[in-house]
Amino acid sequence: MINSKIQIALISGVLIALGVGLTLYKAVSLNLPLLPGEYREVWTVESKTSFTPTDGPVNVGLRLPASLAGWTILDEHFVSSGFGFSIIEESATVSTARWTRQSLDHATTLYYKMQIYRARADRQLPALAVNKPAQPLLEADQQAAMDRVVQRVSQQSSDRESFTLLLMQELLRESQDQDIQFLLSSYENDSLALILESLASAEIPAHELRGLELEDGRRRQTLSSLIEVHTGDKWIIANPKTARLGLPDNFFIWQRGGDAILNLSGGRNSSLEFALVSNSLPAKAVLGMEQRAEEFALLDFSIYTLPVEQQGVFKGLLLIPVAALVVVIMRLLVGVKTSGTFMPILIALAFIQTTLVVGLIIFLALIGSGLWIRSYLSRLNLLLVARVATVIIVVILLMAALAVTSYKLGLDQILTVTFFPTVIVAWTIERMSILWEEEGGHEVLIQGSGSLLVAVLAYLAMSNRLVEHLTFNFPELSLSLLGVILLLGKYTGYRLSELYRFRDLASKK
Amino acid sequence: MSLMVSPFKLNELGILGMNKRNIGFIGRYNQRKNYRLADNKLKTKSAAIARAIPVPELIGIVDYQFQIRTLGTLLQDRDAFVIKPSQGSGGKGILVIVGREGDKFIKSSGALIDQGEVHRHSSNILAGLYSLGGRNDSAMIEALIDFDPILKDYSYEGVPDIRVIVFRGVPVMAMIRCATHSSDGKANLHQGAVGVGIDIGTGQSICAVQHNRIVRQHPDTHVYFDSLSIPHWQQVLELASGCAGMTGLDYLGVDIVLDRLRGPMLLELNARPGLAIQVANQSGLQHRLLLAAKIADDCDDAEQKIRLARQQFTFQPEQLRVDF
Repeated sequence: MINSKIQIALISGVLIALGVGLTLYKAVSLNLPLLPGEYREVWTVESKTSFTPTDGPVNVGLRLPASLAGWTILDEHFVSSGFGFSIIEESATVSTARWTRQSLDHATTLYYKMQIYRARADRQLPALAVNKPAQPLLEADQQAAMDRVVQRVSQQSSDRESFTLLLMQELLRESQDQDIQFLLSSYENDSLALILESLASAEIPAHELRGLELEDGRRRQTLSSLIEVHTGDKWIIANPKTARLGLPDNFFIWQRGGDAILNLSGGRNSSLEFALVSNSLPAKAVLGMEQRAEEFALLDFSIYTLPVEQQGVFKGLLLIPVAALVVVIMRLLVGVKTSGTFMPILIALAFIQTTLVVGLIIFLALIGSGLWIRSYLSRLNLLLVARVATVIIVVILLMAALAVTSYKLGLDQILTVTFFPTVIVAWTIERMSILWEEEGGHEVLIQGSGSLLVAVLAYLAMSNRLVEHLTFNFPELSLSLLGVILLLGKYTGYRLSELYRFRDLASKK
Repeated sequence: MSLMVSPFKLNELGILGMNKRNIGFIGRYNQRKNYRLADNKLKTKSAAIARAIPVPELIGIVDYQFQIRTLGTLLQDRDAFVIKPSQGSGGKGILVIVGREGDKFIKSSGALIDQGEVHRHSSNILAGLYSLGGRNDSAMIEALIDFDPILKDYSYEGVPDIRVIVFRGVPVMAMIRCATHSSDGKANLHQGAVGVGIDIGTGQSICAVQHNRIVRQHPDTHVYFDSLSIPHWQQVLELASGCAGMTGLDYLGVDIVLDRLRGPMLLELNARPGLAIQVANQSGLQHRLLLAAKIADDCDDAEQKIRLARQQFTFQPEQLRVDF
C-alpha cells in the first residue's frame, strides 16, 4: 500500500514536472506565448491540377503566385510522384512549377500546397509598366456598337476611374441597352473580355487580375478575376461582379495579367481547382514558422508540423484530457452521479459544435422525445438488443426531423444536431428509461441533471480560450493532467456530497 | 442543523467515505478473482449449499430465451416465487410473486400481472438488462421466503433482510432493511425502504432512517422500531462470518433473511456494500474496522471473533442510545 502510494506520487510528480517543464522551456526559449494573445488567420491553399494524358511526353506548367498585397507565403509543398519536377524562375516575381514525364497512361492529379497569411494590412501592389493598349480586332457591326457604348459611357464619366465603374454597372444592369446586349452575345456572354476590350477601345490600359476568394472549407474553388486599370497616375482595382473599387480583403492574387496559369502539353481535359482551409494560430507562432529556425528541434515535433486537417483533429483530441479531469473531479471530489461515466464528455464535445444553449435544447428535446417513444417500446416486449437498435433508429429519425423542421423555420443553428453521437444518445435513453422503471423519476432527474452539469462544466473548460490555447500549443501539458489524475485516483478523503449525506450523524453527537 | 458537516468532524466520527471504501478496503482487501462468487447468485448458492449454509430453495434456472416458454409448466404448482437475475446488482430486476388469481399473478404490492409480463421480465433478465455491465445473464427462480412473523409488522409488502458487514471474518455493523409502500416492497434504501441499525452485541434496534432521515415509526404499518429485536441473532452472526470464509472476501456485505421454519438463510452477498449502514447505526465504520482488524489478528477461531465483536460493537443501554 505504502509502496504503491510512493510509486504513484513519484510517477505523478515526474509527469507533472515534465509537462510543466517542457511548457516553460517552450515558452522561454522558443518564445511561444503562454497566454492566448493575438491570433493570425493562416490559410492553407491546395491547388489540384487534373488532366487526362494523350500520347507522348507530358509537360505541365503551373504559374506560381508571389507574395503580394500584404500576403506572405509561409510554406510551399509539391506532390509530384513519378514526375520530373522543377521550378523555373522567369523573373523576380514570376516563377513556374514544371512537372514532366515521358509518357503517362491514366488521368492524374498534381498537387501544390502552400500556407499563406496576411502579414501587413496595406495592400500596395508593386509598380507595373504601363503599355499602350492594343486596339481590339472587331467586325464592323461590333465596332460600331462598341464605339457607341464607349462614347456614351465616356460622356457620363469624368475620368478613367468613373468610366470603368460606369461600364461595369451597364453590364450588371438587368435591362441592358441593345448595343450591350448585342456585344455580350457576340462575346459569348464573357463580360470580362468585353470590359477589357471596351477599355482598350477607350485607350485605357487595363489587365486581368486573377486570384482566389478565400473561403474556409471550400474544396473545389476556382480562380476568379478582377480588373486592374491604370488611371493615368496609378493602378486601381475594380471588381466586375460588383462594380466596386478596391481589392477585397479575402482576395489572394495568383497572377497579374491575362497569361495562362496552367500550360499543358501532352494532355487534355485539364482542370485547376483549389481546396481552402483556414486556421487561427498565435501570431508569435506564425512568426516562428516564418523564420523556421532549424535549431528548435522541439518545434519540429510539434502539432504545427502536421497537415492542417490533422491539426484540426488534434485540436479537438487534446481537449479531451481536460474534460476527463473535469469528470474525475466531479465524481471523486464532488460526488455527482452521472449516467455513464464518460458520457458527459461526448455530450460536451457535441456542445462545442452546437454552442451551449442550442446544444442543451437539442439534447433535452432528443432525450425527452426518445424517452416518450421508449416508454411505448417497453410495452412491446422486445429483446434488449433489438430494442436499443430501435431506439438508435428512432434517435436518427428524430435528429432528421429536428434538422428539417428547424431548417424550414430558418433556424440554421439546430442543423448542428448531427454532431450528437447517436449511439450514445440511444444508450442514454435506454438507461434512463430503465432507471425510470426501476427507481422512479426522481433518480432519473438526479442522474440526468448530474450528467448535464458535468457536461456543461466540461464544455466550459474545453471552450475556454486559454485552455484551448494551452492544450494545442503545449500538448505536453497533457502529461501534467495525467499526473494530476493519477494522484486523484489515490484520494481517500470525503466527497463533497458525503458532507451533505452524513450531516445528521454529526449533529447527533 | 447546517447543510453540510466539516470533513474533520466526519473523520473524527470515523465515518467511512466512498473513496476510502473503494481504495482502502474493497481495493485493498478484496481480490478481484473472488468477486465472481459474490456477484453471481447461482455460484453463491451452490457454494453455500456445499458448506451447509441454509439458502432459499431454488425452483429452476432459465438460461436461454426459448426456455421462457416452458416457464408455465415449471411454475404450475407454485403460488409464490421470486424471479431474479443471477448477476444482478443493487436489488435490480427482482420480481416477487406472492400468489395467483385465476390466470394472473399477484405481485407483492398486490398488483396483478399476466403471464406475458412474467415472460417479458425473464427475457429482459436474459438479455442482461439488470446485470453488471449488461452481460448476458440467466434468471433464477426461487421459492418465496416465508419470513419470520416476528418481523411481519416492520416491513410492508416485502421481505425484510438483514445486512451484516463482515471485515476479515469479524461482524462489524448490521442493519435490517424494511420494505415500505414507497419502496414498492423492495428492501432497497435508495427507493425509500427503512434502514434500522442493529446492535451487534444484542441484536436490538439502535435507530431507524428513511431517505437518510431519522424515523421512529414504520411509515405504513406505524409500528415503533425501538421494540425491534432480531431473533436467532447469534446464528445470524455465525452465518455472516461463515460467508466471509466461504468467499475469501475480507470486506463483505452479507444479506440474510429469517425464515419462519428454517431460521436465518443466506440471500446474497455483496462485495461492494454501501455506506448507508452508517446512517442507520448513527455511527461510523472506520473505528470499528480498525478494532475488527485487531480482533482478526488476535484470533483465528470464528466463534471467538464473534464473541469479541459482540463485546466490542455494542452500545451499553445507558450509553448513547438514540431516543426515539
